[in-house]
Parts: sequence; structure tokens; C-alpha cells
Amino acid sequence: MITGLLFYAFAAVLVVAALGVITTRNPVHSALFLVLAFVQSAGLWLLIDAEFLALALVLVYVGAVMVLFLFVVMMLDINVEELRRGFTKYLPLGVIVAVIVVVEIVHVIWFRSQGLKFLTALEPSPAGYSNTKALGAVLYTQHVYAFEIASVILLLAIVAAITLTMRRRPGLKAQDIAKQVAVNSKDRVRVLKMESSKDP
Amino acid sequence: MNWAIDVWNSLPPELQLLIVSVFKIVVVLVPLILSVAYFTYWERKILAWMHVRIGPNRVGWKGLLQPFADVIKMLLKEIVLPTKSNKFLFLLAPCLALVPALAVWAVVPMNDTFVIANIDAGLLYVLALTSAGVYGVILAGWASNSKYAFLGAMRSAAQIVAYEIAMGFALVGVLMAGGSLNLGQIVLAQSGNVSHWFFIWLFPLFAVYFIAGIAETNRAPFDVAEGESEIVAGFHVEYSGIAFGLFFLAEYANMILITALTTVFFFGGWLSPFAGIPGLDGTFIAAPSVVWLALKMACFCFCFLWLRATFPRYRYDQIMRLGWKVLIPVTIVWLAVEGVMVALKVGPWSQA
Repeated sequence: MITGLLFYAFAAVLVVAALGVITTRNPVHSALFLVLAFVQSAGLWLLIDAEFLALALVLVYVGAVMVLFLFVVMMLDINVEELRRGFTKYLPLGVIVAVIVVVEIVHVIWFRSQGLKFLTALEPSPAGYSNTKALGAVLYTQHVYAFEIASVILLLAIVAAITLTMRRRPGLKAQDIAKQVAVNSKDRVRVLKMESSKDP
Repeated sequence: MNWAIDVWNSLPPELQLLIVSVFKIVVVLVPLILSVAYFTYWERKILAWMHVRIGPNRVGWKGLLQPFADVIKMLLKEIVLPTKSNKFLFLLAPCLALVPALAVWAVVPMNDTFVIANIDAGLLYVLALTSAGVYGVILAGWASNSKYAFLGAMRSAAQIVAYEIAMGFALVGVLMAGGSLNLGQIVLAQSGNVSHWFFIWLFPLFAVYFIAGIAETNRAPFDVAEGESEIVAGFHVEYSGIAFGLFFLAEYANMILITALTTVFFFGGWLSPFAGIPGLDGTFIAAPSVVWLALKMACFCFCFLWLRATFPRYRYDQIMRLGWKVLIPVTIVWLAVEGVMVALKVGPWSQA
């Protein structure tokens, strides 16, 4: 009963937030609506006992990715009108993508799950069952190679992104921090002993 | 008394749970808020003594009523809303700063039985909520529509993202050693005597965690988000009255939280430092209790103030360098060392 109410509350706010992402004019508001949507879907995952996924979503997306997003969006001077000018030009492409996504979702939900009872409530997990432990066991035994390859690809992407954006600007005055840290007080300060002067 | 028990038993179980939870929350939050109030007093006193001054001594005996005078002053002041600000986000930001700072206390165990929510993924919950606390700072800086506030928010965002990774890695070491994500289990994994506490085996991780904790709470020497001498007061420059007070409360609640978490993760939480010493076993001094937790937290709280009085503020690029180029490599190296130790069964975690 309470779980059902919570589900509809989270779902309703999630839908409103998702609509807010694409309808608000201010990009910062869009990003904040996206944060709200992430938090709501984390709540939905908590309701089906997927606590690791829910908390990882909040930790990674809300805590790190969206902070960087906001960082960039707030710094950029975005002209919203200019962005909207291309609306009709890209409309057919957008409609095609939307149709493909809808068809895929319907396909997954309707045709492939005929045998699955996905509309009934999930069985409650047995006591002592740890979602995190189960996920770790699967990731690091069964799918260990896929997992490692995925992490190497991500590392590659990081290195590539850094090399692509690295610029050596001429005339840039950067500080050599190692040199600054290695400085001793003796190199900089000289303590002088002086006789105090007397009144003539 | 019987009728009271009858009334209690006639309530539906959900309502009973709700009442018990609310009671537990009050039991945790009231001492917390009072600690925040007196933490501000002790901060001013200790800074004063370190500067060879006297500190607040006018309100009440030795100035002990000073925190209440401050709170009343802030409550009575007007909350000024900047005309060009985003009103909703401007008022939401202090709440967003305060809520995570208080909500994390739900999973902090006070002793082996008292914890508001004894959840399995406690450590993840801690990480998730402490990382969400940055939104208060970012939104405050952006919604104020002021350049100083905005600079503070930008600095804070970059700083939190950098130090959160080091903090998370340090906690990975803790969960490897404790074998659980539950904070109570992590403390119990350190029982025995002082040599079983994780700070001995995970000393580099403890150092990284505490430094990252200071950075995450925007305290000196990492207080570039406020930076009084360069950007006035940073993200909360436009806030007045109790809206500013909420930021203040959140900052100090976060500091006390970091000390509590450091104690739980590395210093055996509520366990006594005298446990396992022959001759003292069985006496009250070796018994685990919440008093030990409070004493250990008080020591770390003092360290926060001590650091503030001792160190000058880091420059922004030095903060980034420390976070990315020093703390993260240290944690990665020590995680590898710890992995070898676990595999070779060296250390306290192998005796369980």
C-alpha cells in the first residue's frame, strides 16, 4: 500500500521533471530538472530493492556528472533563441528518432515479455540477501572480461579527450609547483640581529 | 502504565515504526544542533586562545550563552532577496545544503544497538548524500546573480568533484578491511584492541579521508569557496539573516559528521581504546559506549579548529594539484598494498 503510493509519487514527479528538462528555456533549470529526475528514479529503484544501483545513480550522476554539467552550463553564455532557430530543420530527424525509441520500448515491453509476469509485484528478496554482493559476484566472475574491457575503453576515452583538448599556448606563465613546495624559509627570509637604537 | 501499553499495542505497526523513528531522529538531532551551537563557541574561543586573545566573554558566564545570542540575532534579521535573483532557487539552496548534512546521520551508529536506519548499503548512502550536499553551494552561487557568489560556487564545484574521488577511494579501502558496507559491521570488524583499529593499517587512507573531509566541508585551508579576503564570502555573500544561518548550520553539521565518520571508519567508533588490555577488561573504562564516540569526535573537531588557526588558505591551483596528483595516487597505491595484505592474510581482518 505505502510502496504503491510511493511508486506513484516518485513516478509522477519523475515524469514532470523529465518534461521540465525539455520544456524549460533556461539551460540551468533544465540541468536541475535532470537532477530531480535522477533522484526520483533512484527512489524507484530503491522500491524494488536495487539499493546499489539507486545509490550509485545518486553518487555518480547527481554527485559528480551533473555537478560538472552545471559547471559547464553556468559558465557558457548560451543564446537560447539561436538554438531554437534549427527547430524546424531538425524536426523530421527528431520525429524519426522518437518513433524508433517508442517502437523499441513497445517491442521490449509487449512482444518479448509475454512469458514474464512483469506487471505483478516482484518477489521480496530473502532476508540476508545483499544486492551489492550479488552484483559484485556477477560482475567480477561471470562478466569479468567484459567489465575489464569496458573500463579500459573508458580509460582510453579519458586519455583521448585530454590529448585532443591539450593546448600548449605560447607565452603562458605557469608555476612550477614542485619548485614552490621545495622552497625553504632560509632561501627567502633573512633574520637580522640589530641593536636597538638609543635616543640621542 | 498498563493502559499506555495497551494504547501502544493497539496502534498499527507502521504507525509504531513511524513514532519510534521520529523519536530516534529527535534523540540524534537535538544533541547535534546543540553541539553545532557550542562548536561555534569553541571555535571562537580556541581561535582566540591560539591568537592570544580572550574570545567571546560577554554573554553569560565566560560567554557561554554567546551561541544563543548569535542565533536570536540571525532570526530577527531581515532576509534580503536580491531583485535580479532567482527567488525559488535562492531560498531552496540553504535547504539543499542542510538536508544532506542532517540526513546522513540516519546511518551513523551511536553504539551497537542505536542507529536510526540500520541499512546494508550504509557506506554508499553516506557517499551519495555527502556528494549531493554541493548543490546547496552551487545553487546559492548561481541564484544570487552576483559575480563573487558565482566564483565561489564554481570553485566549490570543482573542488568537491576532485576530492570526492579521493574520499571514495579511501572508503573502498575501509570496506575491503571491514568486509561490509554497513557502518555498524565496519565498527565491529575493528573490535579487539587498539591495534585492530583501521587507522593503523590504513593510515594513508585515513590521512586522505580526513584531508578530503576538510576540503568537502569547505573549511580552512580549503575554504576558497568562501575566501573572505578575495571574494568576500563566496557563495553566501548575498544571504542574510537565518538563510545565512542555515548555511552556517550545514557547514558545522557537516564538520561534526566528518569527525563522526572518521571515527567510525578508522578509529573504532564507539569502541573503547582501553579494550583488550589485561587488568582493565570488564571495568567501565574498557566498555564500549557512546561516550568514547563523543570523545573521539571532540578530538577531531579540535583538529578542524587547529588546522584553521594554523594554515594559510591554499591557492586554487594548489588545491587541484593536491586532490588529483597527490591524494588520488596515494589512495590507489595503498589500495594495491591492502589488496596484497588481504591476499596474504596479514592484518587484523584475517583473524575474524
